[in-house]
Amino acid sequence: MTLRRLGIYSASLLISAWVALPLLLITIAAFSPRDTLYAWPRRFWPEHFTLETLRFFLRFAGVWQSTLNSVLVAMLTIGLAFVIAAPAGYALARFRFRGRDSMQLAILATKMFPATVLSIPLAVAYIRWRLYDTLWGVAIVHTALSIPFVIVIVTSVFVGISYELEEAAMTLGSSRVNAFLRVTLPMAAPGLAAAAIFTFVLSWNEVFAATILTLNNRTLPALIVNSILGAGAPLHFRFAGGFFMIVPALIIIFLIRRYLLTLWGVTVR
Amino acid sequence: MAEIELHQLRKTYGKVVAIQEVSLRIPDGEFLVLLGPSGCGKTTTLRAIAGLEALDRGRILIGGRDVTPLPPGKRGIAMVFQSYAVFPHMRVLDNIVFGLRMRGVDAEERRRRAHEAAELLQIEDLLDRYPAQLSGGQRQRVAVARAIVMRPDVLLMDEPLSNLDALLRLHMRAELKRLHRELRSTTVYVTHDQVEALSLGDRIAVMRDGAVVQCDTPAVIYDAPAHRFVGGFIGSPPMNFLTGRLHRADGQLGVEVGGTAVPLPPSAGAALAAQGSVTIGIRPEHITVLFEAAPVGVPAQVSVLEPIGSHQLLTAQVGSELVKVAVPPEFAVEPGRRVWLRFDPVRLRLMDPATGQAIALAP
Amino acid sequence: MAVAEADLAVDRPRLRVNWTPYALILPTLLFLGVFFVYPMAQAVWLSATDPQTGALTWANFRRMSADLYFPQAVRYTLLIIALAVPLQVMLGLAIALLVNTRFRGHAFFLYLTAVPIGISDLAAGLIWLSIFTERGYLNAVLERLDVVQLPLIFLTVERTDWLLGAIVLTEVWRATAIVMIILLAGLQLIAKDYAETASVFGATRWQTLRHVILPLLRPSLQTALIIRTILAFQLFATVVTLAGRQIPVLAGEAYFWYSLYRSPNVASAYAVVILLFSGSITWLYLRFLRADEGRA
Repeated sequence: MTLRRLGIYSASLLISAWVALPLLLITIAAFSPRDTLYAWPRRFWPEHFTLETLRFFLRFAGVWQSTLNSVLVAMLTIGLAFVIAAPAGYALARFRFRGRDSMQLAILATKMFPATVLSIPLAVAYIRWRLYDTLWGVAIVHTALSIPFVIVIVTSVFVGISYELEEAAMTLGSSRVNAFLRVTLPMAAPGLAAAAIFTFVLSWNEVFAATILTLNNRTLPALIVNSILGAGAPLHFRFAGGFFMIVPALIIIFLIRRYLLTLWGVTVR
Repeated sequence: MAEIELHQLRKTYGKVVAIQEVSLRIPDGEFLVLLGPSGCGKTTTLRAIAGLEALDRGRILIGGRDVTPLPPGKRGIAMVFQSYAVFPHMRVLDNIVFGLRMRGVDAEERRRRAHEAAELLQIEDLLDRYPAQLSGGQRQRVAVARAIVMRPDVLLMDEPLSNLDALLRLHMRAELKRLHRELRSTTVYVTHDQVEALSLGDRIAVMRDGAVVQCDTPAVIYDAPAHRFVGGFIGSPPMNFLTGRLHRADGQLGVEVGGTAVPLPPSAGAALAAQGSVTIGIRPEHITVLFEAAPVGVPAQVSVLEPIGSHQLLTAQVGSELVKVAVPPEFAVEPGRRVWLRFDPVRLRLMDPATGQAIALAP
Repeated sequence: MAVAEADLAVDRPRLRVNWTPYALILPTLLFLGVFFVYPMAQAVWLSATDPQTGALTWANFRRMSADLYFPQAVRYTLLIIALAVPLQVMLGLAIALLVNTRFRGHAFFLYLTAVPIGISDLAAGLIWLSIFTERGYLNAVLERLDVVQLPLIFLTVERTDWLLGAIVLTEVWRATAIVMIILLAGLQLIAKDYAETASVFGATRWQTLRHVILPLLRPSLQTALIIRTILAFQLFATVVTLAGRQIPVLAGEAYFWYSLYRSPNVASAYAVVILLFSGSITWLYLRFLRADEGRA
C-alpha cells in the first residue's frame, strides 16, 4: 500500500470516527440507567442497558404531546409546501416565460435570508391574526422556510422527465392533464417523495421559530429548549431527548440518502 | 382519405423564424420526407402537423378536415419521436396499447392489435419487458409499434433512425420501407440524412431556413436540383460546382470552364441568354478523366486519390476550384499529374451564380 | 382541394401569451409576500418604532446597545463564525477531496459524513453536552487515562474558552456536512481533464490542488461560505444547551428580549442587526470571491 493510500484510509477512518462517535455516545447515554449517567467514575458502558431513561423522557410532562405536535406540524408543512411550491417548481421546469430568471433568483435569495428574523415580527402579527400558539402558525413559518428547497427539488424532478413523453401521450389521445397524470406524475413520484421527506426533517428539526411562536402547543424542540432554559431538565432527560430527536431524522436521511446527494449535484458511484 | 394539405404555415419563436411559409400537398398514402440541415424547420413543420406547435399563421388539413384548432389526440395522427419517448414505467405491451386505451378500445381488441403490430415489428417476445431492459433499436421498434397500432390516417416520424448505429440504421430503413408498403399510410418523415431520404421517400421536400426549396421525387431531386443548395446537399459526395461563362459559338450554346468551351446539349433552350457567368453543377459520377487533351476536356491537376472501396474518389483542381470525380477502383494516377475532365453534357446543370436558382435548359 | 382558398383565414394572428406558468407561480409569490417579505419589513418597522406610541425612534437600538449582553453577543457571534466557518470549509474540503479519490468504501464514508444534515442544532448541542458535561464522556476518558481524579467542569462561566470551544466544535461537527456536499458537487463538475493535464505538465498533487482545483472550486466555496455564515448568525439552540446564557449570541439575545423581557421591539432590533451582518458579509464574500470572468 502506498503512503498516499495509507494517508487516505487513515484520514477517512479518523473522520468517520469523529462523526460516528458522538452518535454512538448519545445512543449509549439514552439507554443507560440514570445512576450510570450521574456516577463518578463515569463508565462508558453501563452495567445493563435500560429503557428507563427513554421512558422517563417520554413520560415527562408534555413530551408525548409535543412530539405529536411536531409530527402534525411537519405534515401540515409538507401539505402546504407542496400545494404552494410544487406548481411553481413545475412551471419553472416546463415553461419558458419572462421573469423566469428573476423568479429563480428570488427563490435563491430567500434561502439566503436569516429565518430568525422572520419569527419575531410574525409573532407580533400572529397575535393579531389569532395564529399565535397554534400549530398552523408554526407550519406556516416552516412552509416559508421549506419553499425554496421544495421548488428546487420539484424543478429538478420535472426537468429530468422529458416533455416528449407527455407529447407522445398527447399524440396518442391523452388530454394535457391526463398525460401529466398518467405519464409524468408516476415518474416524478420518487423525487416528490424525497422532497416531502426532506421537508419533514426540516420542520422536525426547526427550533427557533417553533420556540418563539408557541406557548402551550409546543413542538418537541420548543419544549426541550424551554425545559433547558427553565432549568427543569435533568441531564438524563436531555440525553434521551437528544437521542429521540435524531432517530427519525437519521432513519429518514438514510432512506433517501442517494436521492438527497443527487439533488445537490453529487453523483455517487 | 388521408391527404395532407399545408397552407402557408408560419411559425416564429420570438425573433427567430422557424418556418417562413410552408405550403405542401401530400396525397394519400405517400411517403414524404422532409429533408434539410438542422435548423431548417423540418421538425417544426412535423410538430405543427402533429399539433404540438402552435402556428402563427396557416392552416393544416388532414383528409379534407381543418385540424388546425384541434389538439394532437384528435387529428388522426400518430408520431414516432426521435428519442422514442417510450414510457419507462410501463411494460412494452402497455406502451403499445396506450393510445388504444385512451380511445376506449376494449381489452380483447387491444391485445389483438398489439400482437399484430408487435409481429410486424418483430418484437412479440419483448411485450412483457420494461423499456429499461431493451436496447435502443428495440425501443425504437416499440415506438413504431405504438404508433402504427393506432391505424392512423397520418404517420409522423421525427428522425427515428438517427440514434441507431450505422448497421442497425441500414436494417431499419429497409424495415420501414417494407412497413410502408404494407400499411400504405400517409407518412411524413423528417431526416437530415439524405441517403435515408433518397431511399425511403416517394417524394422529398428539401428545406432550408424555414422554407421548402424543392419538393419532388428522389430521381428529380437528384438529377435536376432546383437550387444549388439542393445539389450540394444531396449525394455523397455532393454535386460539384464550378464557375463558368455562357457563350454561343457556331449556333451552339456552350459554357466556358477553365478556359475550355464545354458544349451544352442541343436541346438547350434558346431562352438562355448567351452571355453572363453561371455556376455549373455536375456530379462526380458524370465526369470522365482523360489523360490527353481533348477539345471538350477541361484541364485539371490531380490533388488526391481516395479509395472508397467500391470506387475511388479523385480530387482535382480546376483553376482555383476543387472537383471530385468518381473513378473505377483500378484507376491509377499520381498526384500532381495533369489531366482533362470531360463532363457529360446531358448531366450538366446550370445555376444562377447570384441566387443559386437552377436555370432551366429545356424550353 | 376540399376547402376554398377564400375561406382560409391564414392571416389571423394567434394569442401568444400563455398565462399558465404565471398562474402556477402566483401562490408561491403571494405566500412568500405575506409570510416572508412582510415580516422582514415588519422587523425593520418594529425595531424603529416605539411600542406605545408607534412613533419612529432609535430607542430600541439604544436600549439594545446599552445592554450588558449586547457587546458580548456581537463579539461571541462573530468569534464563533470566525472560528467555525473556516474549520467547516477546510474539513468539508478535505472530506470532499477524500471522497473524490474514490477509495474503497468511499460511498459509505460519504453517507456517514452526510448524516449530520439530519441533525438539528438542538440535538447536536445535546449530543456534545453528553461529552462535555461534568459527568460526561470526555471526563470519563480522562479518568480512564488517569489524567484526572475528579471530573473537570468544562462548561462553566469561568472557562469561557472551553464554552466557546465546545460550541465551535459542535457547530463544526454538525454543519460540515452541508459544506462538504456543496464542495463535492462542485468538485465532481471539474472535469478530470484539468487535473490530468496538470500532472502531465509536472504539477504535484498539492500544486494541482492549489493552482487548478481550488480556483475552479471558487463558486462552490462562495456558495458554501455564504450559506454557512448566514446560518451561523442564527445559531441559538447549540449555544443554549451548552452554555445557557454564559455565552451570549445575537439570536439568543433576540429570543430573550422577546420571551423573557417581553419586548418584541428590541428583539426586532436584534433581528435587524442579524440581517445587516448577514447581508454585509454576504456582500463581502460575493465581492472578494467573485468568480473570474472567462473561466472555463
